[in-house]
Amino acid sequence: MTMIIDIGMNHISAPVELRECFANDDLKTLTAFSCMRESDVVKEGIFISTCNRVETIITTEYPEEARRAVISMFSKIGGISDGKFLSNLYVFEDMDAVIHLFRVASSLDSMVLGEPQILGQIKDAYHRASIIEKSTGVILNRLMHRAFHAAKRVRTETGISESAVSVSYAAVELAKKIFYGLEGKKVLLIGAGEMAELAARHLIGQGVATLFVANRSFNKAVQVADLFKGRAILFEEIGHYLVETDIVITSTGAKEYIVSYDIIKRSIRGRRNRPLFFIDIAVPRDVDPEVNKLPNIYVYDIDDLINIVQENSAQRKDEAIKAERIVQEEAIRFERWLKTLEVVPTIIELKERTEALRRAEMERSLPSLNKLTEQQLQAVEALTISIVEKIINDPILMLKSKADRQGRDNYLDVTRKLFNLDMENQKRSCYGQRQAVGKDS
Amino acid sequence: MSDLLFYMALSLTLLSTGGFIVYIVIKEHERVFLLSWIALSAGFVFHTLFLADRYYFLGVAPVITLKSSLSFFAWCITGTYLFFHARYRLRVLGSFVAPLAAIMMIISAVIPGTEITVNPILRSAWFIVHVATIFIGHGFFAITFTSAVMYLIQERRIKKKTLGSFYKRLPSLETLDSINHHSIIYGFPFLTVGMIAGSIYAQYALGSYWRWDPKEVWTLITWMAYAMLLHERLAVGWRGRRAAMMSIICFFILIFTFIGGSLWLNSYHTFKNLGAGAGL
Repeated sequence: MTMIIDIGMNHISAPVELRECFANDDLKTLTAFSCMRESDVVKEGIFISTCNRVETIITTEYPEEARRAVISMFSKIGGISDGKFLSNLYVFEDMDAVIHLFRVASSLDSMVLGEPQILGQIKDAYHRASIIEKSTGVILNRLMHRAFHAAKRVRTETGISESAVSVSYAAVELAKKIFYGLEGKKVLLIGAGEMAELAARHLIGQGVATLFVANRSFNKAVQVADLFKGRAILFEEIGHYLVETDIVITSTGAKEYIVSYDIIKRSIRGRRNRPLFFIDIAVPRDVDPEVNKLPNIYVYDIDDLINIVQENSAQRKDEAIKAERIVQEEAIRFERWLKTLEVVPTIIELKERTEALRRAEMERSLPSLNKLTEQQLQAVEALTISIVEKIINDPILMLKSKADRQGRDNYLDVTRKLFNLDMENQKRSCYGQRQAVGKDS
Repeated sequence: MSDLLFYMALSLTLLSTGGFIVYIVIKEHERVFLLSWIALSAGFVFHTLFLADRYYFLGVAPVITLKSSLSFFAWCITGTYLFFHARYRLRVLGSFVAPLAAIMMIISAVIPGTEITVNPILRSAWFIVHVATIFIGHGFFAITFTSAVMYLIQERRIKKKTLGSFYKRLPSLETLDSINHHSIIYGFPFLTVGMIAGSIYAQYALGSYWRWDPKEVWTLITWMAYAMLLHERLAVGWRGRRAAMMSIICFFILIFTFIGGSLWLNSYHTFKNLGAGAGL
């Protein structure tokens, strides 16, 4: 029987240091898909990697082997031995996996409850898996579409994302506890990205005076700067502008620290000790955490922002309960569909079996029917098909209606026995029809 | 009569302290603050009446015993807080200042008051200027001190990333630093004027501007400590944590000078000497 398994880690189960190893990276995603393809126990697979989570959703007939395959895939991607992260992994099976995925897509499992980015990230991951890697099949395709549907319902039917306090909002709140007011402050945006731009937008809303934008691609910097009526600067100028800025938002895809301890230490004198606030949204981090130890310099990475957000979470709890209900509802619907899927093989076999019997009987009777005209033969053909279909029609309807009920397995069992679907070889040989079956199956 | 005024002032200050503590620890509520603020202001009015009454009765500024000078100190602290609140609208500062004033008043209340004969030499305008300016300076430095403590608490929360309910109620780091900065800027001239007035008064009363009296020396050390802090702030650009630490150290020196210089050091500034007039 096919099983859905979700193996992954998120911001709760694993620290940022560990998540960095699996971070969003094209090469790593490629490795993930090639690992899944090589494994002969993984039927379908999706790989999701964001700043806050790494998830692998697979379907398999052999859960134990598949789990091992996924874990070894993780250690290959991260370049670390599995002992280092095993305790940070969670494993969900079947309905638990479905509910988990729905919760993730609905942003109920996010660091910032209700934040909207995650759905887009999952859609991208699904696109990658289904269109580019072609690693999804019947179950995962349906599962992902239902996840998007659940997420959409959560967003429209609950207030969870209206009052959603995002990471960027949390960062602004924090800035207000460092600075007297944000009017007239200067902000430097290094790198671009949805979350960083959101933070910049929040800050501008609070009256920030100047926005500098730096990017590896100057073109992109100009583009973003124009968007916010800011000023684009060269990546090499960052050191110079650090002296006059008050808030720095970093979100580059760089592997190394962009802002080092020394560069900040040197700038302190020029800044006359004015406070400097780093909002480091990037994973892996852009700002050396040591920088936080310097006087009047404050560094908050994406994990640190959780704490602030959680302070405001109380109001959103009611909405979260509503959202959880929607997730449960959608999960139950999916489960029903999944169970229909389980009766489908029996129905198909039933159809094949009866069709095979019909053909065999037709062939046997053919010598005595050779006096019939071509037209009459066709009529007999149609007649036999019709009889067979009529006979199995009610059993099929019965099976479908029992698909998600208790006792379904009994019905399946009885059907298989009545129509002898499992012991075809021995018994059919008694009827001398091996040839016909071989031809049809 | 004067006792009644003092105890009115004390109980109002205690009420206000209670209110301010509720305000910061349990619930940040508009009404709680308003009640505390009214109580503190009313206490301040009674305290002012008490001091006026004492002045009228003694004929000198009521600061010649530890008992009365602590009470005067508390009055200055409350006064400067009310001044700062009018300017900065910083509610939560009261939660730190009111207890400080209350503690000083309680100590003042439990110290047994002795009947004293007032040395006629103290009946001088220079004495009043000397004492009043020094104490107002002390009041400002008490604000410097409390804002520094608040700064350190808030800064630690933000640095260690363990934000709690305190973090929400405390003002921003920049605000606290700015209060720290301004209270030194206001307090320092008062201290300076107070010392100059003292030395002019000493010239009149004792015939010399400077007598290397232990309290004089310690006051000079205090003055130099604050001068250094102010210099570092203005010229070098010290701010934040380092400035806060330094202003706490400065305040401890100040308290040592105030209490120690008045009680233990062999000085003509001691209250015993002031009261008996022996040193003068």
